[in-house]
Amino acid sequence: MKKVLLLFTALSLVLVFSLPAMADGHCMDALGCVEVGPDDPVVIGALLTVSGATSFYGEDSRGGIEIAIDARDGMLLGREIELVVEDSLCSAEGGQATAQRAAADESIVGLIGTTCSGAAQGAMPIISEAGMLMISPSNTSPRLTNDDVDAGGTYYPGYFRTAHNDLFQGAMGARFAIEVLGAESVATIHDGDPYTEGLAVVMAETFAEMGGEVVFQGAVAKGDTDMTAILTEIAASGPDVVYFPVFTPESEFIATQARNTPGLEDAELIVSDGSFSSSFAGNVGDAAVGIHMTSPYVVGEEYDAFLMTWDDMFGGAPPSGFHAHAYDAVNILMDAVEMVAEEHDGTLMIGRQALRDAISAVENYAGLTGTLTCQDESPYRGDCATGSALAVYEITEAEVAGAWPPAVVWDMSMSMSMDEG
Amino acid sequence: MFRNKSGEFSWVDFTIDVLRVLIVLAVVVGAWNTLSSGRISLAQWVNLLAAGLSQGSIYALIALGYTLVYGILLMINFAHGEVFMAGAFSAFFLAEALNRTGFLNEQPLLSILLMFMFAGLISMTVAVLVERIAYRPLRGSPRLVPLITAIGASFFLQYAFRGLYGSNFKAYPQVRALQGALQIGDISIPVTQIFVFCSALVLMFGLHWLVERTRIGKAMRAVSENKEVARLMGIDIDWVILFTFGVGGFLAGAAGVINGLFRPQGVNFYMGFIPGIKAFTAAVLGGIGNIPGAMLGGLFLGVIEAIGPNLVLAGLGIPGANQLKDVIAFTMLVLVLIFRPQGILGERLSETKA
Repeated sequence: MKKVLLLFTALSLVLVFSLPAMADGHCMDALGCVEVGPDDPVVIGALLTVSGATSFYGEDSRGGIEIAIDARDGMLLGREIELVVEDSLCSAEGGQATAQRAAADESIVGLIGTTCSGAAQGAMPIISEAGMLMISPSNTSPRLTNDDVDAGGTYYPGYFRTAHNDLFQGAMGARFAIEVLGAESVATIHDGDPYTEGLAVVMAETFAEMGGEVVFQGAVAKGDTDMTAILTEIAASGPDVVYFPVFTPESEFIATQARNTPGLEDAELIVSDGSFSSSFAGNVGDAAVGIHMTSPYVVGEEYDAFLMTWDDMFGGAPPSGFHAHAYDAVNILMDAVEMVAEEHDGTLMIGRQALRDAISAVENYAGLTGTLTCQDESPYRGDCATGSALAVYEITEAEVAGAWPPAVVWDMSMSMSMDEG
Repeated sequence: MFRNKSGEFSWVDFTIDVLRVLIVLAVVVGAWNTLSSGRISLAQWVNLLAAGLSQGSIYALIALGYTLVYGILLMINFAHGEVFMAGAFSAFFLAEALNRTGFLNEQPLLSILLMFMFAGLISMTVAVLVERIAYRPLRGSPRLVPLITAIGASFFLQYAFRGLYGSNFKAYPQVRALQGALQIGDISIPVTQIFVFCSALVLMFGLHWLVERTRIGKAMRAVSENKEVARLMGIDIDWVILFTFGVGGFLAGAAGVINGLFRPQGVNFYMGFIPGIKAFTAAVLGGIGNIPGAMLGGLFLGVIEAIGPNLVLAGLGIPGANQLKDVIAFTMLVLVLIFRPQGILGERLSETKA
């Protein structure tokens, strides 16, 4: 008897919840609609790294999202916004697990995330299959926006990002090395991570295309402290520039030891945003003076106001460089929801395919990180950032003594061949 | 060849012999290719060797802790890497303070001595506490039990330090007196590396003297030979074991400071894990339980790691040779376990025990 009662209750519940959709029958969307009842909140999901060694990236993005929601007083289309944050860690497994949870929740209109490219690779197949969409504030791997499977592409429909594609950052490193430093030869080091390997490869390719010579391409292992062996080998090939887009502390070991390696005393050193942390210069010490870093570059009055809000809400400064990207990502999502949503008898109907289309159509969007235009051509499918919000920084004695961030010395607008970028 | 002791053909022996030949061939061909290409000059080889010896002396000092404990208790103290971390981490704060007051650069030798003592004492305390709290109650239980406890102790120490000091990477201040390099013709060897190597040698000789020439050393040797007979002779076994852990801890703490002088960056709660495993490898390489074996094994591992990728792997045309440094270290371990399970110098204790 109990079972029959339970079945009856379940059936009637299903009936009650499916009534609006059947009653108006207006959801013509190919991927279905998100329905938000009169008293329901608009749910935005976030898959971020909020624990572990790289948790500061996730905290950084989360702050940006909360500020963007707060700027609308927490309301969208007359309903409250509810933010659901899941910890996607920094791994494919973490991305997969949280994506499965998110895909099971039909009230979620869209997702912001993931923090790490590896997690996105695990998450996107599920999210795409579920008809959802995800905008990442900090994935930079070129694979995620490339739909050519043979070239290692892992693009899935519904993926967007406001972070710069590493194709931009790697190419910028190469242009800077040739145009400003006058380098003729380069050696690259990665640490086996897809992010660092991707950057090293793009940098080397661009460098070679521009007429430079790539004399060495090598790798270290995460956790290495003694870099003498690889640096000796690099010194033997005598490059003008050593490019090592690895994370701290490996980049710190390489930087310090390069200066003590005979033959590399005068080589120019370039690192990427993986080393862009306030402790880098201090940890490396005097050897850091003159090192160039490529990293996100966000300026403007609006950004200053954003930083003030951050200080008010959370205290201090953002812990990493992707908070503005997260702010833009969630704003693009909320604008798209506003544009697409239709109201029937107090219930919001938000078409999932329409939402994807609306974001794909974003053009000349004035965001904190510059002007965003979401592209639809591989290898930039879903890329909304154009790489303009990147710059080269130079470390001086002031940063070694504790000042941060260093001054910007170059950006792509100074490049001699902008059109190719 | 290809025959076991009773003279029959054995596939296992055959495979091992083929493996032997292949490895020797790979090393010879790789080395020949590299040396004949002349890509790396003599001065650079000397540099690699010097860095390898410095790194190796750190491995050796940690390996001594493994070997001492194994010699007496026949257990692998897997928390030993964290004992090293505790010393390195604590001395970092002292070094920071000394640097801020300027004392570090006014009195570099005295400061470094202070750091050695401080790190040594902290590591000694940690090692002794781990023994007293985590191992002693389990003495006499099956050998797997203290091993698992050791792993638990290792996690406890890691996350205790993370809780106390956070997960950021920190870096030792650089000691100005140790900057620069010793120039002999083309060859230049950084002063830090000479200093690091010499202080490690002093510590190793100190240990040798302690074990061979003092009363407590004699007691340690007696306990490692036969605990029960040593007890009958009136030796306080618990005290000797505690002392052994303390000595191992002190050496690990000193290794922490040496590591900080040699490679200032990368100080965080997880820094003991990889050196711990490498040092364990070194101890097995030299013959676990054997004190000179641990020293030799450590230096040998350091040098192989520094020279191996460039000499052998690069010569064989393997891309990203330096990423495979750890592969060389652990391949060495596997090879030693296959071909000479007792280690390079042999497990001296087992001989005396027999």
